[in-house]
Amino acid sequence: MLVYYLDLAFRGLKRNRVLTALMVLAVAMGIGACMTTFTVLHVLSGDPLPGRSGSLYYPQIDPRDMESYTSGVEPPEQVTWLDGLYLLHARRGSHQALMTGGMVPLQPAQSSIDPFHANARYTTADFFPMFGVPFQYGSAWSQAEDDSKARVVVISSALNDKLFGGKNSVGKTIRLQQTDFRIIGVLGDWRPNPHFYDLYMGAYADYEDVYVPLFTARDLSMDHDGTTDCWGNGASDPQHLEQSSCTWLQFWVQLDNPASVTAYKAFLQHYSEDQHAAGRFVRPPNVRLRNVTQWLDFKQVVPSDTRLQAWLSVGFLIVCLINTVGLMLAKFMRRAGELGVRRALGASRRALFGQLLLESGVIGLAGGVLGLLLSLLGLWLIRQQPSDYAKLAHMDSLMLLATFALSVVASMLAGLLPAWRACRIAPALQLKAQ
Amino acid sequence: MDIRPILVTLRRHKFTCCLLVLQIAFTCAIVCNAIFLIGQRLERMRTPSGIAENELVYIQMADIGNRPDAKARAAEDLAALQAIPGVKSAALVDELPFDMGSDNMDVRTDPNQRMATLSASQYFGEGLTKTLGVKLIEGRDFRPEEFVDLSDVYTALAQQQYEKLPKTTLITRDMAERLWPGQDPLGKQIYVGTGLPFTVIGVLQNLIRPGQDRLELGAQYSSVWPVRIPLVQGASFLIRCAPQDREQVLKSAVDKLKALDPNRIVLGKGTMEQHRRDFFQNDRAMAGILFGVCLALLVVTALGIVGLASFWVAQRNRSIGVRRALGATRGNILHYFQTENFLLTTMGIVLGMVLAYGINLFLIVHYELPRMPAMYLPIGALILWGIGQVAVLGPALRAAAVPPVVATRSV
Repeated sequence: MLVYYLDLAFRGLKRNRVLTALMVLAVAMGIGACMTTFTVLHVLSGDPLPGRSGSLYYPQIDPRDMESYTSGVEPPEQVTWLDGLYLLHARRGSHQALMTGGMVPLQPAQSSIDPFHANARYTTADFFPMFGVPFQYGSAWSQAEDDSKARVVVISSALNDKLFGGKNSVGKTIRLQQTDFRIIGVLGDWRPNPHFYDLYMGAYADYEDVYVPLFTARDLSMDHDGTTDCWGNGASDPQHLEQSSCTWLQFWVQLDNPASVTAYKAFLQHYSEDQHAAGRFVRPPNVRLRNVTQWLDFKQVVPSDTRLQAWLSVGFLIVCLINTVGLMLAKFMRRAGELGVRRALGASRRALFGQLLLESGVIGLAGGVLGLLLSLLGLWLIRQQPSDYAKLAHMDSLMLLATFALSVVASMLAGLLPAWRACRIAPALQLKAQ
Repeated sequence: MDIRPILVTLRRHKFTCCLLVLQIAFTCAIVCNAIFLIGQRLERMRTPSGIAENELVYIQMADIGNRPDAKARAAEDLAALQAIPGVKSAALVDELPFDMGSDNMDVRTDPNQRMATLSASQYFGEGLTKTLGVKLIEGRDFRPEEFVDLSDVYTALAQQQYEKLPKTTLITRDMAERLWPGQDPLGKQIYVGTGLPFTVIGVLQNLIRPGQDRLELGAQYSSVWPVRIPLVQGASFLIRCAPQDREQVLKSAVDKLKALDPNRIVLGKGTMEQHRRDFFQNDRAMAGILFGVCLALLVVTALGIVGLASFWVAQRNRSIGVRRALGATRGNILHYFQTENFLLTTMGIVLGMVLAYGINLFLIVHYELPRMPAMYLPIGALILWGIGQVAVLGPALRAAAVPPVVATRSV
């Protein structure tokens, strides 16, 4: 029976080739546009560290003066050197790290490679175990190296490929800002998206190539990059950021259960109160403690243009679907005579309905397959764009499934209504009209 | 033409008509808003910079390692750049117009004011106004003796010796108008940080502020300070020359800077025109996408109208024949279908206007966009009327060509 219906459907579709092509194309364009934008949205709003991001928290406290103060104002998004050190040394979480970013001049030993600026992360030791960073060779540094301001460095696998041809480079030396550093670890594949721990270098920016202990970096006055917010007369003299009233560091802490989160929030509150009482904090205590997901939501990392494009494509899909429903309806209604004959000859309403639905389903499926191709083309086009997230735009298996689901649902929706209308005709009336 | 028979006929295809009206309404609503958004982007891309854009090249550099002689190095570099044939002027500046990031400060007109009046970008660098080619419309430029070294500024701030800070500043016309509406800004004081006073000695016509996210906060809120800088982080050499010399000058400047001190890295270089293009690349891409979607929507809708109209023509073949046999002219039949389409499109447009307004409200709430001016609605209406008439013309002509003899044929 199904084969017979399929045969009927193909005959029906073949009768108006142009119209069939038009309907397939409309569905395909709608689905193609939707899946392109939704894939980008999906990639950009993904969980950077699945399984870990729920227990990683980003504390905020407010050390600013009363200038422009209003109650309920959001605390600064980064911490000062003093507060960062205090939180770090308090060790209230199972892991914690104080960090910031920068650019470091790197002079390769090979004369064939010109000196270049490497993207750097200055951080304390817990960065690696806390974020679950995989290592290809060697390992991270420990707190002892932090404290002794050791000249050690961890490099990315990309940099290892570039400088050492991908071989184990642990123990070798690289020159950063005219100082020799010993490589103690080479990272494996590690690119959490978005770049959640420091959104100030671009949320989907290129990843760091060198990781240097924070105190070592400050000792050598390596350049700090990213956002620096100052108040009062605290000019952001890059050499003396430690003493200035500026926030420029990110502090992350791992808290494994709800009780420790509550305790940590209370700890932040107490610290603020103490500082307020001591006169260092002028504003009333004002703290926030967000985990990775909450932080990314708050910062609205997904570019608003991307969200706008997603809405736009939804609108486009709606128009395409209405278009297809209208055309399909007109087409089915025109075949009222034929349907009337079949009804009169004993075909049940359900059988007609099934047959028409199959016909629209074929259109939807064809549209879906074409739409998938169009969205692959769309993603390719997006990858040619210069924005920093462009190269992330790839379809994964989840979005592939979603595309098929969408096309089937869309075509069923588009076919359901016309099929239902068409099979409600009274056979006698149709036959009489002939 | 009497529209009653058309309405009566349409009532017999209620469902299909509703779908067409709905499609036109959605298209109209999306197209109106998209055109409005495109207009916004184009306006942003046309922001005047106030600088001699086609005469400027820049080189962003960084030292490898710390330099104790940074001040002397910078002076020597600038002298060497000035000596290149074709160079009109050169400066070392802390930030460039059309940089993605920016340095900003809060500005007050009264030291006790709690909320700052505005936030403005701060340009440092000796010879910056002359090199950028900004137009001074009031007052004077800095005198050479007014310049203070950046390192001395840091020291003065750290030791609270505020008398060693520069005393003067240049601001833009827009900024002056926001600070003191309708008044002469010359000689007035602005307050920065914890109420440090600076005197406005000149007003610039325009000077765009850097920072991708800052243009909405006042594209021309820029101030220029008599601060001399060495090659600090983020600083760039800015060179002005004749438009046709830019390539050559840029090349010799890079060579010369590398020759003077090989121990540094070129982080970026190019012409200011390219820098402007890069700055607005997202806006250009978005405008392009919106335009593409508009076009695709209109094509889909037009094809939908063609399809439906063709069906109706075919379906009514016999009644058209009857009408022709009873004396209707070809013109009557043509007009019938055109009027029918006009009526449906008008219904769609009316519904579309309401939807367009709704979408605009949504955008205002979620994307902080301004309210769409009413003029975009008639534009959308005209486009859809036009598309509708063009789309229906083919089927309508086919209908008009139906010979009266059809009426006598049985199916």
